[in-house]
Amino acid sequence: MSAMDQDTGMFKVQQTIGSVLCCKCGVPMPPNAANMCVNCLRSEVDITEGLQKSIQIFYCPECGCYLQPPKTWIKAQWESKELLTFCIKRLKNLNKVKLKNAEFVWTEPHSKRIKVKLTVQAEVLNGAVLEQSYPVEYTVRDNLCESCSRFQANPDQWVASVQLRQHVSHRRTFFYLEQLILRHDAASRAIRIQQVDQGIDFFFGNKSHANSFIEFLRKVVPIEYRQDQQLVSHDVKSSLYNYKYTYSVKICPICREDLICLPSKVASGLGNLGPLVVCTKVSDNITILDPRTLRCAFLDARQYFRSGFRSALTSRQLVKYFVFDVEAPVGEATVGGQKYALSYVQIARESDIGKMFYVQTHLGHILKSGDQALGYDIYSANVNDDEMEKYRLSVKNGLPEAILIKKCYDEQRERKKGKPRAFTTKKLPMEMDESRGARVDPEKMENEYEEFLRDLEENPELRFNISLYKNKDYQESETASMTDGEGAPTVPIEELLAELELSEEEEEGNDEEDMDE
Amino acid sequence: MATRLQFENNCEVGVFSKLTNAYCLVAIGGSENFYSAFESELADVIPIVKTSLGGTRIIGRLCAGNKNGLLVPHTTTDQELQHLRNSLPDSVVVQRIEERLSALGNCIACNDHVALAHTDLDKETEEIIADVLGVEVFRQTIAGNILVGSYCALSNRGGIVHPHTSVEDLDELSTLLQVPLVAGTVNRGSEVIAAGMTVNDWTAFCGSDTTATELSVIDSIFKLREAQPSSIVDEMRKSLIDTYV
Repeated sequence: MSAMDQDTGMFKVQQTIGSVLCCKCGVPMPPNAANMCVNCLRSEVDITEGLQKSIQIFYCPECGCYLQPPKTWIKAQWESKELLTFCIKRLKNLNKVKLKNAEFVWTEPHSKRIKVKLTVQAEVLNGAVLEQSYPVEYTVRDNLCESCSRFQANPDQWVASVQLRQHVSHRRTFFYLEQLILRHDAASRAIRIQQVDQGIDFFFGNKSHANSFIEFLRKVVPIEYRQDQQLVSHDVKSSLYNYKYTYSVKICPICREDLICLPSKVASGLGNLGPLVVCTKVSDNITILDPRTLRCAFLDARQYFRSGFRSALTSRQLVKYFVFDVEAPVGEATVGGQKYALSYVQIARESDIGKMFYVQTHLGHILKSGDQALGYDIYSANVNDDEMEKYRLSVKNGLPEAILIKKCYDEQRERKKGKPRAFTTKKLPMEMDESRGARVDPEKMENEYEEFLRDLEENPELRFNISLYKNKDYQESETASMTDGEGAPTVPIEELLAELELSEEEEEGNDEEDMDE
Repeated sequence: MATRLQFENNCEVGVFSKLTNAYCLVAIGGSENFYSAFESELADVIPIVKTSLGGTRIIGRLCAGNKNGLLVPHTTTDQELQHLRNSLPDSVVVQRIEERLSALGNCIACNDHVALAHTDLDKETEEIIADVLGVEVFRQTIAGNILVGSYCALSNRGGIVHPHTSVEDLDELSTLLQVPLVAGTVNRGSEVIAAGMTVNDWTAFCGSDTTATELSVIDSIFKLREAQPSSIVDEMRKSLIDTYV
């Protein structure tokens, strides 16, 4: 300090602060604005006068929220930062002093009391700043919040429901959708899921949840929906209306492997696609393939529902054929990643081997003589479809006698019969609709599900968006050698996920060997 | 022995009275209690004069004096001046001075030998002080304050100064004034010492808010009880009587 003074040229005496006696208790202390020692000052002045020391707060035991009047419920854990902020906000008059520190004092949770120790600073007398800490006690009272009390009164209370329907005679689409929903967790917020004839009902607690579910559906299948609402209650004073919303969703009835006869307008709109087409893939678009020209077209939901045509023949009407001779392909095309080859084949129905047909097929790339195939028997089928009739009358040479759809692996499956599959699938927690009298035949359901699983095995592109899990009971078959070079198609093991097991002994984590991602 | 009293419920007794070794001036108050307190202590020893200065009652802060003389500001009326000259003993010279800073009690702190003066006092005033009061005048500040008359209470035996005075300043002042000084407070922590109390060589009067501690300090520094400075702390512990009925 003296060096500094020499710079400025001024001589400054060092000032030592003396000590005076506290005017109350006489203890020597350095002089301050009040000239009283801290203890005497504290005993004189109470800066916490006029501040709230006890207050009541409301807590909902169901959801763990605290009420901030008039209406907001704030979720907070016991002794957390959010709770501390909330407690301090509830105190009035705290802006008169400066808050320095706040912390929780431990209280037994069952005592229904929260204690917070606040340290505040304020100016007293003539400029002396005093710091004082004091406890504030909060009495916690239990009070169910609105949503919890509504839920308590009627636990099945739903606000929005999505009624998903597809007017076809099988449930394949719903099995597939179930797997998709599980994979994407789209129905995690549904209160209840109920299975009904020709569809599934989903119930949600919130209109926005239902909306997001419908958005998800729109991305995976072509749908058409409408929304309706029903008034539940009405608050006259504040003009608040409570509604129940119902979304009626229709999935298009065209499925994979269906045979469709397009109405003339649609066919010409797609560039004169032969009116007899096969549906090859249904995602948010419908992919249809003309088996005679190997041309493909896509219809999205809007286009489909504008015309609303139905399929002429569905996969239930598939008939087994024996393939005797396959000629060299006359044309090839790759459509949507799938190779097709146009060739002539000689086939005969399994039920009537004597009658041979010579037809064109688009499966030239996979069929070989001696194979079995599934196809539609147009020659002897009694098709109840107006368009088909119109077409039959209009065309000169008559309709093709048969259209093959896919190769049949029944022989190979015979060998594997009884052995468990390498994979399993999960299921949604669905309730069965008991009310309409048990129309659902459990054996039929099982057969349909078995067919669905076979479908999954045969089509890798179907497995794309689905999670399949390793079957713990499955062992690699010892007889790895097949007498016949070709086996039934199976899901390669690389595509299967292992289930997440959280057990204490083994530390088997979630080893995702998924190659498709 | 220091006495605690109030002037019309106000503890600032140094504002309404002036006590020296030769005389005592008191303001004209609403009740006679103030006057009787002084009377009971000083009745036969020195004259107690009731007066006003310039029509005001804050006489303690307007005038400065010791046993040799009394200086009054230019606002004093002729009647008051005459009254003072009549009432005070002949040895005391009463002089009215023309000074810009008219609150002489705030600007000058004096005893019978030395005086501290406001740094901005006129040169003539300084000469008059030296002449009338018979003292040596030093221009000083106390704890950075120029109103030396307010922040210092002085007698021939000792003095109290503003509590924030540093140790070096205290030494310097003590050397100048040749009396022991202590930094202290009066009237429950008030720093304006001279306004809160008035003192002469054998007695002192303080505001009634003065705590027992402060009273002990006053008693010891002005040697009103013949107490040694070192035993201040011991004495204090015994006399912790705070309420004054």
